[in-house]
This record gives sequence, structure tokens and C-alpha cells, in this order.
Amino acid sequence: MAAPMRNDAARFAAAEARLATAGPATQGFTAQARRRAVERLRGMGLPGRRDEYWKYTDPTSLNAPEAPEAAVFDAKEAPLFAGVDAVRLVFVDGVFDAGASDDPAMAGVEIALLSAAGRADIHWAQALYGTLEERGQSPVARPLAALNTALASDGVLIRVTGQAARPVHLVYRHESATSDAVLHHCIAIEEGADLTLLESGPAAARFNKVLEVDIAKGGRFHHVRAQGRDHERRAVTHVFARVAGEALFKSFTLTVNGQMTRNECVIEITGDDAVAHVAGAALGDGAYGRFHHDDTVFVTHDAVGCESRQVFKKVLKNGAVGVFQGKILVRPDAQKTDGYQISQALLLDDDSQFLAKPELEIYADDVQCSHGSTTGAIDETALFYLRSRGVPKADATALMVLSFLADAIAEIEDPALADEVVERLEAWLRRRIR
Amino acid sequence: MLEIKNLHVKLEEEDKQILKGVDLSIAPGTVHAIMGPNGSGKSTLSYVLSGRDGYVVTQGSATLDGADLLEMEPEERAAAGLFLAFQYPVEIPGVGNMTFLRTALNAQRKARGEAELSAGEFLKLVREKAKTLKIDAEMLKRPVNVGFSGGEKKRNEILQMAMLEPRMCILDETDSGLDVDAMKLVADGVNALRDAGRSFLVITHYQRLLDHIRPDIVHIMADGRIIKTGGPDLALVVEENGYADILAETA
Repeated sequence: MAAPMRNDAARFAAAEARLATAGPATQGFTAQARRRAVERLRGMGLPGRRDEYWKYTDPTSLNAPEAPEAAVFDAKEAPLFAGVDAVRLVFVDGVFDAGASDDPAMAGVEIALLSAAGRADIHWAQALYGTLEERGQSPVARPLAALNTALASDGVLIRVTGQAARPVHLVYRHESATSDAVLHHCIAIEEGADLTLLESGPAAARFNKVLEVDIAKGGRFHHVRAQGRDHERRAVTHVFARVAGEALFKSFTLTVNGQMTRNECVIEITGDDAVAHVAGAALGDGAYGRFHHDDTVFVTHDAVGCESRQVFKKVLKNGAVGVFQGKILVRPDAQKTDGYQISQALLLDDDSQFLAKPELEIYADDVQCSHGSTTGAIDETALFYLRSRGVPKADATALMVLSFLADAIAEIEDPALADEVVERLEAWLRRRIR
Repeated sequence: MLEIKNLHVKLEEEDKQILKGVDLSIAPGTVHAIMGPNGSGKSTLSYVLSGRDGYVVTQGSATLDGADLLEMEPEERAAAGLFLAFQYPVEIPGVGNMTFLRTALNAQRKARGEAELSAGEFLKLVREKAKTLKIDAEMLKRPVNVGFSGGEKKRNEILQMAMLEPRMCILDETDSGLDVDAMKLVADGVNALRDAGRSFLVITHYQRLLDHIRPDIVHIMADGRIIKTGGPDLALVVEENGYADILAETA
């Protein structure tokens, strides 16, 4: 077994190389969590091509000691959610920009920066920082998340005790072609509290982000993000959510462009009658550089009567690659589970590909779980129907693409936010489909 | 208005001739019916005229007011005034019926160099037209044809026709799958659109629909050709005796 050993050596060396570039903070309330994350990372090494979990996505550029260059893209259009009244917190290449950000004071919400609060020895986020990430390391290792916990330079810590009057909007600007951002956010939604989190922008040449969300009983968390229009940026993101009884977790991600994206979402449902939905719409055109987009989702049901939904749609052209790995794990006591998973790709030509690995693992006997995955082209009959009514081919194709994405977009509850996402999609389609 | 001359059409994918020399001339303001047994080429004729892929015209011509239809994209044919009511209207999940109608109407207006309708103008128009076809607001809001009954789908086709105001309407077996009441409602919708400047080509197997949409001229199609043309009485002959006699007579 010489080959796997060489591979293992490489993964440990890669982890050490990353740890060598920026040592973890040794002071403050995160110090212990960071030390433990370093230990975890040293135990697993960074991902390799032979890992089952990285079978369809090459982690090399995400692992590399230095961020591969990524040109800054001048989108020349208003940033997404610009019209939404929110508390905006701006990060430029991973560095907080106080001047461009709003005053974070808001009733029922406590917002702090990790970079500032991290110096304190005692903080509410101590119980959360790295905790959900660590829980998410089993049964599948997620080394790039451990790396994030160890090395994160900043992030936001949000504690919500009531109904947040406005969403919090994390704006990620990308201005340097060589920036390597590592941000770690912790959000605690206390009992019955409610928050909408928006995220937008490419963030950096390479972005490693972890978002830990702990939702207490009856809490509600809505998350809508868009990953910017930069063609060359790379990103590996993890959402770790713990959802207590009667709580709601809803997350939607829009991805247009980006040469490498790995979005992992790890949800643990721990209380009865909770609801967790995660959805995504990704559109990639390989003619403008590489497009590789990977959604990897793991939902664990560990309580009675809970509902989970995964809805992922990808529109691919000119050699774009889409990946979906989604799993629903139903533990023995999680009776009356309602689990649903759908992943679909619309291939606009013969050069693109979609790789899907849907999985169900069910140990309870009274559950309802379904999953489906499809790959197809535009329905020619429907296209003809639209054209026969006078709709030009490009517009008809765009309508068909929006029709294809509708189920995923429907996961955004707030119509104003959904409209913003649809507008962005329409603009992409106008540019890319002629 | 519509002039079809010696039209020969084969399938693109296989060497099979479907239309073998169709001649048809439809004057403004007239209603023509084409009847014929299964496989005679009736639906193919409607698809070739409206520009569906998969067919190759090997000979002949088709013009609308002198313009060569066969050279146009489907959307250009629509803007020129051609409309095909589908035998099987297509379901389009995620696209609202209103959005679809407005997109289509404004695309045609734009193609003709006319001003697009504002949201308000459009809404007023669609409500007015929908009412006469007993299409309620709920049906207008739903995604195109999704979850519609057979009758609702066909009424929706006629609503599109009423909104788009084409001059040459082709109805491809619009009566299929309809009960008597639904057929009457659809026929009323069509009759309301009849005027001196608008022509219809009604394709059907049965005489039934023609009781409600009275044709001026009836054609019998068989094996890719129009083999007999007559007045409304011809449809009654078919209803009485089937196609066998006519086929034998022209063989």
C-alpha cells in the first residue's frame, strides 16, 4: 500500500504548510478552540484527490499554502441586496472596513467582531466557536473547516435575543488579486429569536469561510447569500447549523461564476418538530474561465417529527462542472422524519457535466424520505411553445432556465429578497444566452 | 391570406415523406377545416407552418400575406400573425401564466415596432379577455398550464389567441379531450374572434367541433395530400360514412 501512504504524507505536509503561513492566536477566548482545531487538522491532514468526499472536486487550489491569483472582476452593477435595508458589515479581502460599515447597534441583536472580541478571555461565543465545526467532523472529515477554526483572522459574532428589526448583511469585497481570506462567523439565535443574514460578494482571490449557527428552541434563521460575479475566485465555505426543537433554519445560495466553489452545509437537527431547508442555484459558463461548483450537504435528523429539504439546481454551459453530494442521515430515534432531497442540472450544451451523489441513511422505521437527481437539456417542446407565441429564442431559453430554477428560488421566503435574486439571474441570462 | 403550394415535407431524422404536395388557399375572414384519418399529415402541416424543428421541406411553398413563412423563425411567424393552438398545450412550471402572456404579447409588439403594453394596460386587457372565457384570476396566476385540466388548457390556448390577436389561427385538434360543455366554451371563444380580417384553419377528426365553429370550406386530407374539398356538408358526409368512401372514391 505504498501509494496511499505517499498520499497521506502529502496531506499532512499540506496541513503543516498552511499552519506555517499563519500561526493561530494563542490568546483570548478562542485560543483553546484554535489549539484543538490544530490538533484535529494535524490528525486528518488536508483533503486529497483520493478521498471519497473529494472524488469530484480537486482540493489542490483550496489547500495550497498561498492563494492562487484571481483577477478582480469589475461587475459595474449595483451589489446584490443594495436595496435592502440592513445592517451592513463590510469586509475587503477579508479585512473589516469600519468606514464602509454601518453602526451595528440594533435592538435584540448583539454584534461583535471576532478580531476585537477575540482578545477577551471570556465571551458568550466561547461555547460556540469551533464547537459545531468539531461536531461536524464526524462521520466525515472536513479538514478545511478545522483549518478555518484554527486560523480565522476575523468574523462576526452575533447573538440574537429577540426579533431583529433588520437583516445583517455581510458584504465581501474583493480588491486584491492575491488575497487569501479566512473568516469565521458565529451566530446564536436564542429561544424564539429571529434573524435574517445576507451575504454577498466574492470576498477574496481565495475565501475560506465557516459559519456556525446555533438555533435554540423556536428560533428562526433565514440565510440568503450570493457569491459574487468574479470569474477567477476560489471559495470553500462551510455552514454548520444546530437546530433545536420547533426551530427554523433556511439557507439559500446563489452562485454565478467563480472557478472553484465548494459549499458544504452540515445541519444537525436536535429538537422535535424543527424545520431545516437548504437550497442553491448555481450558474456557470466555462467560456469565461473554469467553472467548478460543488454543493456538499449533510443533514442529520436526531429528533422526532422534523422536516428537512435540500433543493439544488445548476445551469451549466461550455464545459462547466457541477457537483452535488447530499446526504440525509436519520438516527434511530428520529421517527416521523420528513426528508427530501433533489439535485438537478440543466445542461445548455454537450460539453458540461453534472456529478451527483445522493445518499439516504435511515435507522428509524417510521420516516418519509425521498431523493431525486436529474440531468437534462432544455425541453425542446416547451421552447417551441414559447417561440410559437412570439417569444424570441434567447428570451424563451431564459424563461425556461428561470422555470428550472424556480423550486430553489421558492426556498427564499422573503419576496423582496427573492426578487433581487431573480433580477440578478435575469441579468446573467441576458449576458450569457443569445 | 395563407397560400400553400405543392408542399412536400419529410421527417428530419428518417427518410419518411409526410406531406406529399399540399395545396391550400385561405382567404381573409374564412374558416377552413381539415379533416382526415390518423396519420394523414394534419398535425405535421400545423407544425411545419408554425416552424417546429424536425421537419424538412423538400418542395413547395407557404406564404402568409405574400411573406415566405418557411424562411422565418417560429417567433417571426407569430409576430407576422400566425398562431397555433396546440393539441397538447405544454406545461411550464415556474413561469406564471401572466408573465408568459405579457412576455409573448410584448415580444410580438416589439417585433412589429409597436409600443409595449404597460403592466396596467396589460392587466386590464387580460382580465377582460379572461372573463369571457371563464378563466379566473387564480388560473392566470398559476404557472403555465401546470395542474390545468384538459378543458382549462384549451381555454388557455384560446385566451392566448384572444390576447395576441393573430390573423391566421390554426387549431390543432382543439376538441380532443374536451367534454361537450368545454368544447362549447372553446368554440364560443373562437367564434368571438371571427371577423373579416381573421382566418382560421381548424384541424379535427370529428364533425362535432364543426357544429360549433361553422367552417366555410372543408378539406379531407389523406396520405399527405388534400384529396377532397367541399362545403360544410362534406363534414357531415364524413360523420355519416367515415373516411372509407371518400378514400375509395379518390383512390
